[in-house]
Amino acid sequence: MNDIEDLYREIILDHYRSPRNRGELEVPPAIRVEGFNPLCGDEIVLYLIVEDGLVKDLKLSGQGCSISQSSASLMSAAVKGKTVGEVRKLVHDFKAMMSIHEAAIDGQAQAPTDFPGTGDLEAMGELAALQGVVKFPVRIKCATLSWNVLVQALDEAGAPG
Amino acid sequence: MSAQGAPAAQEDKAAQIPAAQEDKAAEIPAAQAGPVPPAKPLDARAVARDFPLLARSVHGKRIVYLDSAASSQRPCSVIDAMDSYYRTTHANVHRGVYEIAEEADRLYDAARVSAGRLVGSPSPRSEIVFTKNATEAMNLVVRSWGWKNLHAGDVVVLTEIEHHANLVPWLQLVEERGIRLRYLPVDLSTYELDISRLDEVLDGAKVLSCTLMSNVLGTIPPFQVIAGRAHEAGAVVIADGAQSVPHMPTDVQALGCDFLAFSAHKMLGPTGIGVLWGREALLEEMPPFMGGGGMILDVTLDGFVPAEIPRRFEAGTPPIAEAVGLLSAIEYLERLGMSEIWEHDQRLTSYALGTLQERFGDTIRIFGPTDEQSLDRRGAVISLALDGVHPHDLAQVLDQEAVCIRAGHHCAKPLMRRLGVGATARASFYCYNTEEDVDALAKALDEAVRLFR
Repeated sequence: MNDIEDLYREIILDHYRSPRNRGELEVPPAIRVEGFNPLCGDEIVLYLIVEDGLVKDLKLSGQGCSISQSSASLMSAAVKGKTVGEVRKLVHDFKAMMSIHEAAIDGQAQAPTDFPGTGDLEAMGELAALQGVVKFPVRIKCATLSWNVLVQALDEAGAPG
Repeated sequence: MSAQGAPAAQEDKAAQIPAAQEDKAAEIPAAQAGPVPPAKPLDARAVARDFPLLARSVHGKRIVYLDSAASSQRPCSVIDAMDSYYRTTHANVHRGVYEIAEEADRLYDAARVSAGRLVGSPSPRSEIVFTKNATEAMNLVVRSWGWKNLHAGDVVVLTEIEHHANLVPWLQLVEERGIRLRYLPVDLSTYELDISRLDEVLDGAKVLSCTLMSNVLGTIPPFQVIAGRAHEAGAVVIADGAQSVPHMPTDVQALGCDFLAFSAHKMLGPTGIGVLWGREALLEEMPPFMGGGGMILDVTLDGFVPAEIPRRFEAGTPPIAEAVGLLSAIEYLERLGMSEIWEHDQRLTSYALGTLQERFGDTIRIFGPTDEQSLDRRGAVISLALDGVHPHDLAQVLDQEAVCIRAGHHCAKPLMRRLGVGATARASFYCYNTEEDVDALAKALDEAVRLFR
């Protein structure tokens, strides 16, 4: 598998062509947060309902490249029904998977010490398909866009881990 | 890397003979075509051999550079001229009395004369202002002329196809001065400006500022018509020539503009230097843009007297080596011939439009004029979308094939909104691109389709 096929794995293309949890939720009770990647014009709009410490429902709209949209779709499938604590752990692991290169982009000498490496990739399930993105540093922001939006929505929902 | 045996442009080392450069530049009457009118069509394959970067490979493949609308590559002669300048001539301009400082002065002046000649300025030593880039040239006009002459309620007319460089400085003036903006709309069925609305938007306008070639659509507006009507309405006319000046003959007198902005790095020159041409009478009345060294006649603790034009607008040490590079780039372009470059662009654009439409049919959308009859109204910029493949993914797959294109909003977000897309993929051509490059583009697009559908 060459780098480009590693980037565009079948799971990613599947989520790009048939995104999960597309749509909108009524606000309120849902919280609506949007995020942009000004470099590419990627756009994510997230509707989130947190109830009793659970991500009860979420929907996504927006437009963008296959990486931003498939990452959002994969994320939505992975977090729906999970506890806020589990979701925050997943966000942490996902960003760690991406962060060694983000650190390099930001000019930081040291990558985070808790970079999971081979550690938690299995626990991430389908999300691990996005690890091919790290070979294309400018696309990391596409992959992390929806996750940053999710964190902001959780914070606005007052949902501590 | 060297370009031994290259057919054009290698013989001159601009910085080695500053005095001769000066004489040559000064002898050529203003507003004439290049020094040696070439007799035959441009041979892009031979031209490409003058460009060392085009000899490298990417991912093990020959590089196919299709992003000249963002920034062109430069020939050995330009690189050598700057190298030689730094090795043999560099000193600060304007104040030195020693030999190399005078040589640097002459080169900087020769670059000014040369830039003026390229766009038909009647008095380049007054009318050519060096800036950092075309964006700064636009900002200079807005900040200096605009700040002095525009007041709350005054109307500035722009178009819907402008680059942010011709939008944001005006939007700043909206915030700071309360001026009003009107836009000449683009007709999305033809991707041309809707000239029928011209009189309506120009009514009472103080300024019309318009691109000479869209960096997204390739569209070349009928500028002479627009400028004529704008002048009739009493407006000052500003032209954004960043895309057009590198690709076709330019004559500010014929165009009928009052200001023209362009950039060296899109026309085979270095980054870090742009050009503002302005009518002498207008420049004379304008206050300085930035304050500092070089732009004054006198300074006391209580005030200052600004220098004459154009130095009034060139505060601080100017981009001297970059001016030397620009001088060399203009010589190279004039050797090729601006008309020959334009004809080459048109041939290649026609070939590319034909190839892409034939190969991808209804699955490709080209944002810009596409019919043969419109070729003289569009430049060598092709913005496109392929069904099912986002522009950024397209650019990523093409990179794997060593084909360099740009994906994004191309600093024209309002136009993107009108087009109803967040981004387009854009291929752009220049004097060193060939039909083989177009074929490589088509083949790489095939690969993207194979991956994504």
